[in-house]
Amino acid sequence: MDPRPKIETRNLDFFYGSKQALIKLNIACPEKRVTAIIGPSGCGKSTFIRTLNRMNDVVAGSRVQGKILIDGRDIHGSGMDVVDLRRRVGMVFQKPNPFPKSIYDNVAYGLRVNGVRSRDRLDETVERSLRAAALWDEVKDRLRENAFALSGGQQQRLCIARALAVEPEVMLFDEPCSAIDPIATAKIENLIQRMKNDYTVVIVTHNMQQAARVSDHTAFLMLGELIEFGETKTMFTAPSQKLTEDYITGRFG
Amino acid sequence: MTKNRLRQLKERAVKGFFFTHGILSTLVLLGIFALLLYTAVPAFRDIRVGEFLTTKLWDPTSPLKPVYGILSQIMSTLLVTAGALVIAIPIGVGVAAYLSDVAHWRVREIVKPIVEILAGIPSVVVGFLGIVLVGPFLAKISGQSHGLNALNGSLLLAIMSLPTIISISEDSLSAVPQVYSEASLALAGSRWQTLVRVKIPAALSGIIAAVMLGMGRAIGETMTVLMATGNARSFPTSFFQSVRTMTSNIAIELGEVPYYTTHYYALFAVGLVLFIMTFIVNLIADVVLRKYQEREL
Repeated sequence: MDPRPKIETRNLDFFYGSKQALIKLNIACPEKRVTAIIGPSGCGKSTFIRTLNRMNDVVAGSRVQGKILIDGRDIHGSGMDVVDLRRRVGMVFQKPNPFPKSIYDNVAYGLRVNGVRSRDRLDETVERSLRAAALWDEVKDRLRENAFALSGGQQQRLCIARALAVEPEVMLFDEPCSAIDPIATAKIENLIQRMKNDYTVVIVTHNMQQAARVSDHTAFLMLGELIEFGETKTMFTAPSQKLTEDYITGRFG
Repeated sequence: MTKNRLRQLKERAVKGFFFTHGILSTLVLLGIFALLLYTAVPAFRDIRVGEFLTTKLWDPTSPLKPVYGILSQIMSTLLVTAGALVIAIPIGVGVAAYLSDVAHWRVREIVKPIVEILAGIPSVVVGFLGIVLVGPFLAKISGQSHGLNALNGSLLLAIMSLPTIISISEDSLSAVPQVYSEASLALAGSRWQTLVRVKIPAALSGIIAAVMLGMGRAIGETMTVLMATGNARSFPTSFFQSVRTMTSNIAIELGEVPYYTTHYYALFAVGLVLFIMTFIVNLIADVVLRKYQEREL
């Protein structure tokens, strides 16, 4: 039995100017599960995940139609503050993007902008978040060093720690491993799998094996349309659509 | 084979061409400094350097005993420049932030070129505005008989340095990678917090450069302060006092001074001090920038 959906989209359309990037998407991401979004380049998977925390708001000329519900509430509704939404829905980007600040300040950023001043609470949250991102042991002696001194994989885990520090309910990953090496990728996949005990995770990936390894459910998008959505196991062994099968077996991509 | 040779030759010619240009500008700069030094040094046959720098009175035409002290002028220059920066920095950075972060792109496309055109207004026109507009206004609010004072100069210099500060600050704010702002927004930072905590710190090197360039313009500006500040040769004690800056002093006196006299050389010495001051300002800016960039990477 599936848990209740944490995030649901209803007939979600998205436009960049006059170009439609998402077409009538109905996707439900179950709570405390990992949902993977796969599909060929340009299929709208990044656009989709960025609508979930309204990151596309800043894109000039963009437009959303349809509904996105989190815990049943419309995220574009009048009672929903976008800053509040992003406190509940954290995001990790394609390329590691730490701020040009110290490791500590990177993790503390989200707390500080949310008004946390207490030194003890900052220290405690920074440590807990870095531990949760499996980075603490590597950086505990150099928290004051600039984050740019870290390797790419470490930077990405720092970005995960930074997002976790805000204590979101949902974590969005937009191709988090596309810019880092295989060993670092394995670490991050482990993290994602552990994360589903506490968070609802949505991950965009162009790597099918990664989707198969980390996710419970998978959505396959093509040209902005949902082709198939279901349990990852079923989808990778017995897809119901011919297109899905062709894509998964590498006949196009 | 010959084609390759030809290409190499061309490559070398282009290299030489640009090298010559680079060297030429350095040589011209060195030449100016050498000339200034050469013409200024004879002044110190008759004036002690310490006295020159620390005496408040500048009275080179006194029939009894000429006095060459430039402390009043140095302080006037610093006062007017500091006043200009205090006004121009917050406004300039504020406008830059507005243009890069808040304004609709169409507004930016219109406003930014207009701001840049402001930089092209001749300084004599700005000085004219100081006399007919700012002066009477200041006289009214201060109750003095006229408004030709340090504050007038500061206001005008602020206006003159604003285009530089706005334009370069806006460039550097816009050049902050989008991924930083996105990271901040995704961490539930508001637009204001993103601007103040992420974008401005990331653009700081450019903003400092902008301020330094604006300051360079303010320190060296002559015509405007000459027209607007009243040119009294007194030691400045307030913004509502008429002052004579180093630049105005040179401009006023150099046209009438007999050549190759101590007074003539002393005016070049004033120029030399001004040169050294701007050099130090630029040096400090450079050090600050370098320090900051090291911390960045």
